[in-house]
Amino acid sequence: MANSRIDPATGTETVGHEWDGIEELDTPMPRWWLWTFYLTIVFAIGYVIAYPAWPMVDRATKGVLNWSSRGDLARDMDAAEQARTGVHEALSRVPVERLPDDSALLAQAVAGGRAAFQVHCTQCHGSGGAGSQRLGYPNLNDDDWLWGGDLRAIEFTLVNGIRAPGHDDTRQSQMPPFEGVFDPVQMEALIDHVLALSGKAENNRQGAQIFADNCAACHGEAGGGSRALGAPRLNDAIWLRGSTREDIRRQILNPRMGVMPAWENRLDPATIRMLAAYVHSLGGGEDFIAKADDPAVEVDDRP
Amino acid sequence: MTAPDPADPAPGARGQPDQQVSSAVADPAAATRRHDPHEPEPVHLPQSLVEKRAAVHNKRIDGRFRRFKWAVMLLTLGIYYGAPWLRWNRGPYAPDQAVLVDVANRRFYMFGIEIWPHEFYFVAGLLVMAGLGLFLVTSAVGRAWCGYACPQTVWTDLFQHVDRFVDGDRNARIRLDAAPWTWGKVTRRAFKWTIYLAIGFATGGAWVLYFADAPTLWRDFFAGEAAPIAYVTVAILTLMTVTLGGFMREQVCIYMCPWPRIQTAMLDEKSLIVTYKDWRGEPRGSVKKAEKDPAHFGDCIDCRQCVAVCPTGIDIREGPQIGCITCALCIDACDRVMADVGRPRGLIDYATLEDCEAEARGEAPRAPWRTILRPRTIAYGLIWGAVGLSLLFALGVRSHVGLTVSPDRNPPFMVMSDGGLRNSYTLKLRNMESRPRGFRITVDGLPGAVLWSDTVGRADAAAAQTVTVPADQTRTVRAYVAVPPGTTAQDFAFRLTSLDPQHETARARTHFSAPAGNSP
Repeated sequence: MANSRIDPATGTETVGHEWDGIEELDTPMPRWWLWTFYLTIVFAIGYVIAYPAWPMVDRATKGVLNWSSRGDLARDMDAAEQARTGVHEALSRVPVERLPDDSALLAQAVAGGRAAFQVHCTQCHGSGGAGSQRLGYPNLNDDDWLWGGDLRAIEFTLVNGIRAPGHDDTRQSQMPPFEGVFDPVQMEALIDHVLALSGKAENNRQGAQIFADNCAACHGEAGGGSRALGAPRLNDAIWLRGSTREDIRRQILNPRMGVMPAWENRLDPATIRMLAAYVHSLGGGEDFIAKADDPAVEVDDRP
Repeated sequence: MTAPDPADPAPGARGQPDQQVSSAVADPAAATRRHDPHEPEPVHLPQSLVEKRAAVHNKRIDGRFRRFKWAVMLLTLGIYYGAPWLRWNRGPYAPDQAVLVDVANRRFYMFGIEIWPHEFYFVAGLLVMAGLGLFLVTSAVGRAWCGYACPQTVWTDLFQHVDRFVDGDRNARIRLDAAPWTWGKVTRRAFKWTIYLAIGFATGGAWVLYFADAPTLWRDFFAGEAAPIAYVTVAILTLMTVTLGGFMREQVCIYMCPWPRIQTAMLDEKSLIVTYKDWRGEPRGSVKKAEKDPAHFGDCIDCRQCVAVCPTGIDIREGPQIGCITCALCIDACDRVMADVGRPRGLIDYATLEDCEAEARGEAPRAPWRTILRPRTIAYGLIWGAVGLSLLFALGVRSHVGLTVSPDRNPPFMVMSDGGLRNSYTLKLRNMESRPRGFRITVDGLPGAVLWSDTVGRADAAAAQTVTVPADQTRTVRAYVAVPPGTTAQDFAFRLTSLDPQHETARARTHFSAPAGNSP
């Protein structure tokens, strides 16, 4: 720095370079800046001691505080679980069909059920609960229920499943295959009659007779179905597996029947209640009507 | 006659020795010829990079502007400290605090007015009015905001009164400042700074009261049960008040505040400022000198009382400058001296530069209203009034109900067992009155539609449903709309009508989805 000199205006030494008469002052670091810098060094030493810092062969040093982001997450999850216990306890005290009496609890149950639905149910029923006609997963938004649409019936279905293998209380029914039973003319007549039940075709006398002999036991004379047997209504506009003649023929010859797992041992009772409340809230939920003890009284005869 | 202040340094010695000072300070004789084209070259003294603050010890003064300043101070501090304690009955469903910024519940209460977050444009409008109001006031009466109403001015004034109360008037304070740190000085300083802290605490404490119910927060605060943010806020504002009002004072106005810079751009020769009438005062000379040579000397007797009383420590005789907040205390001081020496008042006065020149030429002074009522002032006034009236109008006709609709998109529609179609919607019903209200929801423009909700079952589906929305809240309602088979996709609207005599309505357009086969 041969050319460095003291700048008269500031009293500071220059760095000694000059560009067209412009010189650079060699101003010392401000004291506060230096102290801040030293402070960061001290902080860094403390940090390295207290927190995970040095990468080793398979993991980093642990630090004396034993902190980890995974541990933070576990604590957060515990806290969230704690926050939910109040709702869970309240839910386990109230019979599910009484839930609508407590609108605040119902709202919490619906919100919790929505979250649980997204985890456990959307794989088959879709994220909006609309199901799939092609795959035969029922739509949960409409007002057509195979096994009942009040809160208690939904909860029962969730707990025990439908045709769930190895579960004694599961909802169980079986439609026999009619492969080889009808000749082609009888088949067409029967399809005509099934379509006629919901006004989609002309009445067919022969088909009506075949229906009365083979189908009415489960599906009812007028095709109203039976929730006790899980036999679908045939006289409405909702077709779980399609309403074309081909769809109907296939379903008569070789019926496909849906399976839903029993959730009893997979989810806790409160979550199942939440799910029931959510499914019930999708728009097709029915009011619970207390059934008389006499099993002969049929509550399920809706038009 | 008031004697020149003995403790006041000589004019030339005011600045630091190695500091660039204006030519007027360096050479008092030069200051006397502000309008002289032969003003001497500025003096270049060896420069320092910082200007050391010279403490301002302003002298007690009484006069009409000081009394006006007292009145403004009482009013502004009274409003600031008192407003949170005013009560205003809003019925059982809303807080009874007259002025309340309820951040937790996102409501802003101002006497009879309640603002929701979506109506924040009212606050924006008030800010626009505040900005225009500053322009208007500046255009009409110069830096009156700086001189009287600015919080920095008011609190600085308050702290200067504390100084005077504890340490005595100007000369005593200058002596005490220079005195060594004896126990007496330490005690005095401790006492004074305790008062500073008390004022700062009251200021910060009053601030948080605007954000919660004042009596409750007051009790909780001293019981140690208030929210941590309350203590943090009070601590920060206490320190800020003490720092800005107790120690930085005029430096905030001169170095930190952008407003004096903006005002510098807004002032012109037609603006009302506090000005020294140099054509009348110069050359300065004591009464004795003037008696010997009456023809040579002006009215200024160079008693420096105008400097002694100045809260920012400037010499108004140097002409308009950024440090002058136009508080007019120098007018009070000069008027008293002029009365004592038997000369007409107003050597320092509120005047425009244009008027000063006219007065110097010997023309008759203009009426004060002509100074104030000029086209620029009128234009600002009209714009300000227009904004204010539009805000009032918007406030008067604003609706106290609101409705937003969000249709379900998954699934967009639902075939029901009777072949009809159903769409689901999430409605948000807003009731902005402080009482529960009943509303009728109807479907508008969707033939044959029936409506039910998460609380009304399908069995009771009808073309209209009634819901109650709690006081001052937004209620979310799941609405299901079913239409007869064959309905096509189309737009329609939900309509909300209040069931009280006001019959307020809100309408929200939305869409009804249908399968592709149903499209027209």
